[in-house]
Amino acid sequence: MQDLLRRYGPTLTGVFVLLTAFWLLALVILPNVSLFEQSFRPYLPFAEIGGEKDVYSLDNYSQFFGDAVDTSMFGIPVWISLHFLAFLDTVFYSVVVTLICFAMAYPLAYYLAKVAKPKSLPMLLLLLFIPLWVSEALRAFAWYIILTFNGPLNQMLVGMGLVERGIRWQQGVVTDFDAIVAVLVYCYVLFMLLPIYTAIQSLDSNQIEAAEDLGAPWWKTHLRVVMPHAKPGIASGCVMVFMLSAGSLLVPSVVGSTSAIWFPQAIYTQFNDAQDWQAGAAYSMIFLLLCIVFVALMMRVFRVKLSDIAK
Amino acid sequence: MTRQRSILSHLYLVVFLIYLMLPLLIMAGAAFNDSKLPTVTPWKGFTWRWFEALFADERMWNAFANSLIVAVAVAALAVPIGTAAAIVINSVSGRVRATLYGFMVAPILAPGLVIGISTVLFWNSMGDAIGLRGVGPFSPGLHLSVLGQVSFIAAYVMLLVLARIQSFDPALEEAALDLGASHGQVLRRVLLPHLYPAIGAGAAIAFFQSIENFNVTLFTRGTQDTLTVYVFSQVRAGITPTINALALMLMLFTVVCALIYEVRRRRTAALQQAREDEARRAEEAML
Repeated sequence: MQDLLRRYGPTLTGVFVLLTAFWLLALVILPNVSLFEQSFRPYLPFAEIGGEKDVYSLDNYSQFFGDAVDTSMFGIPVWISLHFLAFLDTVFYSVVVTLICFAMAYPLAYYLAKVAKPKSLPMLLLLLFIPLWVSEALRAFAWYIILTFNGPLNQMLVGMGLVERGIRWQQGVVTDFDAIVAVLVYCYVLFMLLPIYTAIQSLDSNQIEAAEDLGAPWWKTHLRVVMPHAKPGIASGCVMVFMLSAGSLLVPSVVGSTSAIWFPQAIYTQFNDAQDWQAGAAYSMIFLLLCIVFVALMMRVFRVKLSDIAK
Repeated sequence: MTRQRSILSHLYLVVFLIYLMLPLLIMAGAAFNDSKLPTVTPWKGFTWRWFEALFADERMWNAFANSLIVAVAVAALAVPIGTAAAIVINSVSGRVRATLYGFMVAPILAPGLVIGISTVLFWNSMGDAIGLRGVGPFSPGLHLSVLGQVSFIAAYVMLLVLARIQSFDPALEEAALDLGASHGQVLRRVLLPHLYPAIGAGAAIAFFQSIENFNVTLFTRGTQDTLTVYVFSQVRAGITPTINALALMLMLFTVVCALIYEVRRRRTAALQQAREDEARRAEEAML
């Protein structure tokens, strides 16, 4: 701090500190405090705000668990509220998306970092990045076209004689969430690829050769040499993909069916359609908690620091 | 790596690229299909009419203009904030630094919808507190979208500038001060020129992140549309291939930008190479 004053003088230092303080206070900390506070308040008409009914309670949170209905999860009958079910489904299928993305991205990341010719690399990366620059809304929409009943996928399958009639993909085949999972993978797989690629790139190729020379089979080289080195990248990719998937509102709205409720859709319904901002705040708090738990878990499992994940 | 495995990995790359590109090509193709629904099957003949419809779509143009305005405002706020934050965090150390850093990168990890909802709630209750509930600046609208987006986009700028500032030699500033430069001059003529590449990249990232943004904008926008929100509402409300025409134009724009970037990069690389060769030759000649 003293150093700043000496170099830039009181005026400029003041400006720097004020800008930083405005950002952290008015845009980051206070909004979250507000979210926390509002989540305990009731939803009231304007005239009654600040009146005797305006007291703190856990009603918004019990609404999340309340109104239990008979339903089923993975075919097992359960007795929970629909919103809680949506929450559990979202967590489970986001983990599935993350695992699929890892399985798809890791071999390619290794290929790009260690196998591909350095000369063709910029062109390859450019090609890989074009879809990333196309808005997420449009990428989801592209799959909407592919998956519609009379769409190209069904036409092709019927044309090849693989199925007799078109399949309603958006309703799901194995589970209600098939289409959502497939499209989330498409949208976010590159967020897994990039950090792993960067991490593997910094691995000395001699280490891989040494492992091979010493007779390690290829899978052991990956498990014991490449993956441990790429750990920060893997953690970063998993966090990104999980958070983006679990927080996606676009994809489930575009390609999902009415029987598959994604948790952000439940939040949006509370906030927008029911205009119940307080319950929306409580649901957001639950969601935020999930994200914090997930990040903490990843940091623990992969033994990495926050600065490794947020890059 | 054995020959067989190397062929397999090349094959995987090709399949992966097709997987990424094919959906986009199908979407682009549907822009030319003379069918009321956006699809490529059945093919009902080639038409330009969806492009004509697109240019006549005033709501879309309005949304597009809004997206640009928001993106410029976000960049204009996020760049100075992010740069200032990088300078501040670079001057502290230890526990203070770790805490500040945590608060600064947290918005990157926070889900967009939480940022959106908390921004709306905070400004709304600020309005309540001073008795101006729902009035202008305190009710949802594009200005809140800007603030919500800045909260995490400033963090990207901060990270970029912070990475760049590490390679800055503080002795240069000392020298400038010793030689009688004013504080303003030290910043403007010594530090900032070193940071310009990172600031430029930060501005570009801020602009494009803002255009792309959906979650924060959806919750904060009030009744206004931005382009991504417009596309979303069109997809939900049953659509005509006008959206495909729009998608194709956006993709072409992207590809053109990417190609320009690649060509420029190659030219700079070639130039760099030529200079190095020149220098080496000169060195050899001197010896």
